[in-house]
Parts: sequence; structure tokens; C-alpha cells
Amino acid sequence: MYVAVKGGERAIENAHAWLAEERRGDRDIAELSIAQIREQLKLAVDRVMAEGSLYDPDLAALAIKQARGDLIEAIFLIRAYRTTLPRFGASRPVSTGAMACDRRISATFKDLPGGQVLGPTFDYTHRLLDFKLAADGEVPEAPRAAKAQPAEMPHVTGFLNREGLIEEAPAEDTTPPDLTREPLEIPAGRALRLQALARADEGFTLGLAYSTQRGYARNHAFVGELRIGTVAVEMDIPELGFAIEIGELTLTECETVNQFKGSKTEPPQFTRGYGLVFGQSERKAISMALVDRALRWEELGEDFIGAPAQDAEFVLYHADNIQATGFLEHIKLPHYVDFQAELELVRKMRSEVTDANPAREAAE
Amino acid sequence: MNDYNFAYLDEQTKRMIRRAILKGLAIPGYQVPFASREMPMPYGWGTGGVQVSAAILTPGDTFKVIDQGADDTTNAVSIRKFFERTAGVATTEHTGEATVIQTRHRIPETPLTEDQILVFQVPIPEPLRFLEPRESETRKMHSLEEYGLMHVKLYEDISRHGHIATSYAYPVRVEGRYVMDPSPIPKFDNPKLDRSPAIQLFGAGREQRIYAIPPYTRVVSLDFEDHPFEASKADHPCDLCGAEDSYLDEVIIDDAGNRMFVCSDSDYCASRQAQGHRGRLSPEVA
Amino acid sequence: MHSEALSGGFADPPIQSAQAFRKVMEAMARPGTIHEISGAEPPVPLSQAAGSVLLTLCDGDTPIHLAGGHDTEAIRDWLAFHTGAPLAAASECMFALGRWEALKPLSAYPLGTPEYPDRSATLIVECDELAAEGVELSGPGIEARAALSLPEVAAFRANNALFPLGLDFIFTCGSRLAALPRTTRIHAPEAC
Repeated sequence: MYVAVKGGERAIENAHAWLAEERRGDRDIAELSIAQIREQLKLAVDRVMAEGSLYDPDLAALAIKQARGDLIEAIFLIRAYRTTLPRFGASRPVSTGAMACDRRISATFKDLPGGQVLGPTFDYTHRLLDFKLAADGEVPEAPRAAKAQPAEMPHVTGFLNREGLIEEAPAEDTTPPDLTREPLEIPAGRALRLQALARADEGFTLGLAYSTQRGYARNHAFVGELRIGTVAVEMDIPELGFAIEIGELTLTECETVNQFKGSKTEPPQFTRGYGLVFGQSERKAISMALVDRALRWEELGEDFIGAPAQDAEFVLYHADNIQATGFLEHIKLPHYVDFQAELELVRKMRSEVTDANPAREAAE
Repeated sequence: MNDYNFAYLDEQTKRMIRRAILKGLAIPGYQVPFASREMPMPYGWGTGGVQVSAAILTPGDTFKVIDQGADDTTNAVSIRKFFERTAGVATTEHTGEATVIQTRHRIPETPLTEDQILVFQVPIPEPLRFLEPRESETRKMHSLEEYGLMHVKLYEDISRHGHIATSYAYPVRVEGRYVMDPSPIPKFDNPKLDRSPAIQLFGAGREQRIYAIPPYTRVVSLDFEDHPFEASKADHPCDLCGAEDSYLDEVIIDDAGNRMFVCSDSDYCASRQAQGHRGRLSPEVA
Repeated sequence: MHSEALSGGFADPPIQSAQAFRKVMEAMARPGTIHEISGAEPPVPLSQAAGSVLLTLCDGDTPIHLAGGHDTEAIRDWLAFHTGAPLAAASECMFALGRWEALKPLSAYPLGTPEYPDRSATLIVECDELAAEGVELSGPGIEARAALSLPEVAAFRANNALFPLGLDFIFTCGSRLAALPRTTRIHAPEAC
């Protein structure tokens, strides 16, 4: 005899208990601490902070632990937490020119003021599994630089700007819209696009950027400069009448210098693409700069050739992995009501076809 | 759960949603953009409906949640529990006792009253989306009342299949103006939208849209004179309660592929059985 | 700032604003129905009902226009303290507050745009009387006919004719309110 499925609540509770047990894994193995994740899986922490749009390494590490290492799930946890936080105010814009750089490279000039600083990069590591890490993981201390870094590290694009070879990017003081507090509206200005790209899925952004390199709105990008380091966050305190430093952030910034033959409206000059991301994530920052540049076709008077990376509506509506994964995964929820409606329709249509063509049915 | 505000959302967010609801009621069927928040459940799982419910619930409400017509489907259980914890509201499975009903994919069979609010979860609020993927274009089409594309699509169905091949999320016209997606309810439920005494609110979280149908508003399913709209359902009575007038789920009951049909509205079916109604496969009364 | 400005807000904002919103929503969904709303104790001449509506719907994101006798220092301070809403000219506002004669002409307010008809102002009209009698109303939210003591007819008819653009109205009187969305059709003696 048929009994309707009941007990959804019990099933959910049991599933959560099982999940917690699986998260812990073999109890004979020491449990991961938040500090271990924060210190030793730093790039995962950085990605969760960037796409979660919340700079808090401890919370990001907690989210990674809770999500069993599923970074999109961890980003989701951070986003959902972030929305509940009250807003006390807005910081001043950070100055990346005053960044204390761990890494700073330019692909366009062999040397430049401030120098090329390789920093802690995977570049030039041979991708050979290091079995020593499996054994003890102890590492010798890295050598330290003898001389201190200059306080200001000038931007490479500034040198090109002096010669008038690159488009102007004047500073402006308009408050940018806040994607997390206002609904996305198309057409979106560059500030809003950059904001969306900064929290966009790394894989999606990488794929789009790669597509521009392969000819879908190719924009001939050079990495004018890539820098990673810490910047101070300052906030104006009205009661004090001046700004105070409230903390510091690690950021990755990428400025691309893009070839440009000129258009109906603009002279031949180099143009810019820009990427800025929380933490150390140069793959994301470079991708962001390439996609930013592709999305700027209209303001630079270029043709829209129908490439995905040029299409702001396409990019902005599909770049958010929390929106995408939620909608994608919702198709596993019950849909039997709509499926039933489709079943009835298909049955009806089939019966009409077979009624009309009984001979064909017999022949089959 | 005391760390969170009443009904989870902060007051500023609720005000923003409340303003959108009022504009939605003032412009029936028009999709009001709103700054949907990330909720502690995934997009696509009812975040729009949850935000609307959070903005309208008061401590005195009795809340009911259904998914596919049933109160005990896992996502309905999960959302009901969320509001029990964050808003402390009373909950019920009985349509008649509820003051606010959040639903996914169904309208209850028991007629709603003036004292009730129905909140729909909406995945894709734009009825023209599958004909035109660009929001910038569809917004223009709504503003110009340019719905020719939709009629062409429906008419193509008729010429190809003999009738309109849309069985759920069947588009409606609200008060003679906006074409609206009623959410993926089966078209069987469409007539219930028309002149309902209840307030009907629609929330699409991921797509950041809220829309509304005030009570007693004309809601007409799109059709043609020679092919009038028809609210259809499986041509069976319910095998548990014998109802002839309710929307049915089809259940495969054995390896031979035998089927039974049961009301998708679990409360409706249970109430009828409690009143003594019996269907073909009803359990024997103990 | 007067100390008056600091009092008269909701004692329990999450609960009271939820309850107040339901009244406003019912009023907007069912034109012509009258609802009791309370909680706010605003400075005169602001009514309890209008004060409660403002506390429920307004904040730093909603520019408010104060018209005529409602543009007083006491009301400005009270609004600033309890809602943080910026003051704005009629043409820039999201909400406007005042008596009918002071609020006019309606052409001063944002009506929305064809693509975004929701970007229109909501006018909170303070009235000396508010009753479910007077001009006849029909339209969405009304089963057959409703009636409401509107301050006039022509302006609301003209507003209805703009649909889907147009203004929406909340009428307040003491602790009572009613509403009139742009969809409501006005049936009245031709004399008006």
C-alpha cells in the first residue's frame, strides 16, 4: 500500500548530522585548526575573501573548514554572513601607490623605479610534486632583503601617461554604486562593472579573459604592472576631523596596457584594463583587467563584435558563482508539479498524433 | 538565534523590500527591481519568497509553507523552520488557518480569503525571458506594451502542435496591462490568480524582482479566440481522497510501472480523508 | 535639536514597523479601506499615522519632501533623528508629506519612467477627516465598489489616466490611514 513520503524534518536533521561527521573525517587524524587553514591554505582563504567580498581571514578560514574545502560553499557562507552586518561607514579609497609590495613585476619595461620584485610566486617553480612536504614539511628560512623598499612604488602606467601615450584615467570622487545594496542595472558604468568583476567567479573570469586572448574581442594586453602587497585602510572620523588608519589589507592589483589603433572617437594610444582583488590572486586580477578592457568597447568607440567578454549584460548577469550555483543546483529540488503538467501535455500531443496517423503507429 | 533580527533581515533591508512591495501593488504585474540580499539559503531555493515573507510577517501571523503543494517536502520544511527560529511565528499545515502562505509551484486548492497573503517563490520573473534573453530589451518591450513576440510564440505552438504547448508558468495579463509570469505553477492553477480575495506577492531573489497582484484584480491567461485557454490536469480522481477537482501528482508504485494519482495539495487531501472521503487505493479505515 | 526630536519613535522597531507595514500594505492593496496605525508620537502637526508610516518606510535611502506647514524644524529634526532620511525638493523626492493644498501641484513629483514606473513618489496626505464615504472607487483591490473621502477628484482622475506611470497616495488622519494607488478609478458626480 502506498504511504505518502513523510518525515522531511527528520531526514534533514539526520543529513546534517552525517555531514558534520563526514566533515570531521577520521577521528584518529588531528583536527584542522582555523589558524592552520588561515596560515597554510592562504590562497584559498584569499579567494574566499575576494569572492565573498569580506576581508576577514579568520572567518574565511572558518568558512573553508565548515564547507569541507568547497570554496564556492565557503564564499556563500561568507556572503550570507556579510549581508547581516551593519554598515558603519565607508573608508577612504586605498592608495595602491603606497602599497608595501611583496611582489611587483612589469612585463612592459625591463627595469623601472622600484625595481622588479618577484616575491612569493609559483612562477618558475618546476611543477614537480615535492615529496618532502609529505614527509615533514619543514622549510629553511628564506633570505631577507638587505635594503628597505621605497615608500612609494610609482605605477608603470604613470610613466606612459607622462608621454601622453596612454589614455588619461583622471581621479574622480563620485561615490560608486554598491552592487550589494542596489539591484544591478544595465547599462552599468565602469565602477559597477569592476565591482562585479572583483567578486566574480575566478574560473568564469579566467575563461572570459582567455577567450579575448584567443580572438573573441582580442585587446592585445600587456601586463603593465602586477603588484601584491599591503595597503592601509583609512577612515574619516567626523568627530576628530581627520582620517585614521583602521587596518590594512593585502591586495593584488593588475594594470594592463592594451594596444589600440584609435577609433572614430579616440586617437591611437595605449588603453587600460584594470583588476583589483582582495588577497594574493594574480590569476583573478589579470583576468579581471582583460575582461574590464573588453567591456570598455563602447566608451572607446570600438565595434561590438558579439564576443561574450564584450557583452556587459551577459558577463555581469552570469559571473556571480553564488547566484549561478544556487540556480543550477535548484533543479534538484522537487519539480513534480511542473513535470506532471509536461507529462500530461506530451501524452495529449502524442495521442493526437497517433489518432491522426494510426497507420504510421501500426507500421512502427 | 537572538543574534539575528526579527525575521532575520535587518530593518533597512526590510524597509527597502516593503517599499518595493507597495510599488508592486500599485503597478500590478510590473516587476519592481529590488536589492535582493544574500540569504542563508541558496539562490533558486526560494530566497525571493523568503525575503518577501520576512518583510511582511508579524509575530501574530500563522505561517504555512508548501513546495509542490505539500507541507512536508524538504525545502518547505527547511523554510518553515527558518521562520519558526528567526520570527517565532506560529506555523500550520492547514490552509484555512494560515495568514501568510509561502509557496513554490502551487496555489492551494482551498479557496483563499481576504485575511490571507500568498507569497510565491519565483525563479525567472520575466515572462519574455525565453524569447528574449536581454533584460534591456524585455524592459523596453514591457514599457511599450509590445507583447507581439509572446503571441507569435503561442501561435506557433498552435500551428505546430494544435494547441499551446505551455503547461506551467503559463503567461498571464494583469488588469489588461502587464504580461506576467505566474511562477512555475501548473496552468491548472492560473484561474485561481484571477480576482483572488487574497493579496498575492511574488519574489525573485536571484533576479532581484518583486511583483504583486492586489485582491480582486483581473488576471487573464493569454489565449486566442479560436484556441481558448484551458486549465488542465491529469484526467483521474485522487486515489486517496477521491477528489475530482484537485491537481494530481503521479506516483509510480511498483516495478511494473503501475501508477496512482494523489492530490499534490497534501493538506487538501488529508482534510478530505479526515472528512471520510475515500479513493480507489485508500487504506482501509482501522 | 529639541529633545522632542529624540522621543516618539517606535519602542520596538522590528515588531512595530512589521505591524505598521501590514496596515500600509492592506491599505494600498485595498483602496478605500481604513486602518488604525500607531506607535509613533511625532511632533505636531505630524499625525500619529503619518509618523508611523514614515518610521516604517523611510531611511537614508529615501529623500522626503516636506510641504507647507509640515516643513517645520521640529519635524525635520524628528525625521533626521529617527529615519536619517534626507530632505529633498518635490521633483527629487521618493516620499512627500503635507496637507493636500500644500502638496499640490502633482506635476511637481516624479511620476516614474515608462521603463521604471516604480520610480515615482508616494505622497502622504494629512487630512482633517478620513472616511469610507464620498467618491466611489473601483479597480484592483476593490471587489465591486469602495468609497473614500478624497480631498478632490480631478487630480486623482488625471493621475489614474497616467497609468502605468503616476503617484501613489497614503491618506492619514490621527491614527488612521487609507491609500489610493494610481490604478484606482474614480467615479464621482461630474460636478467635481
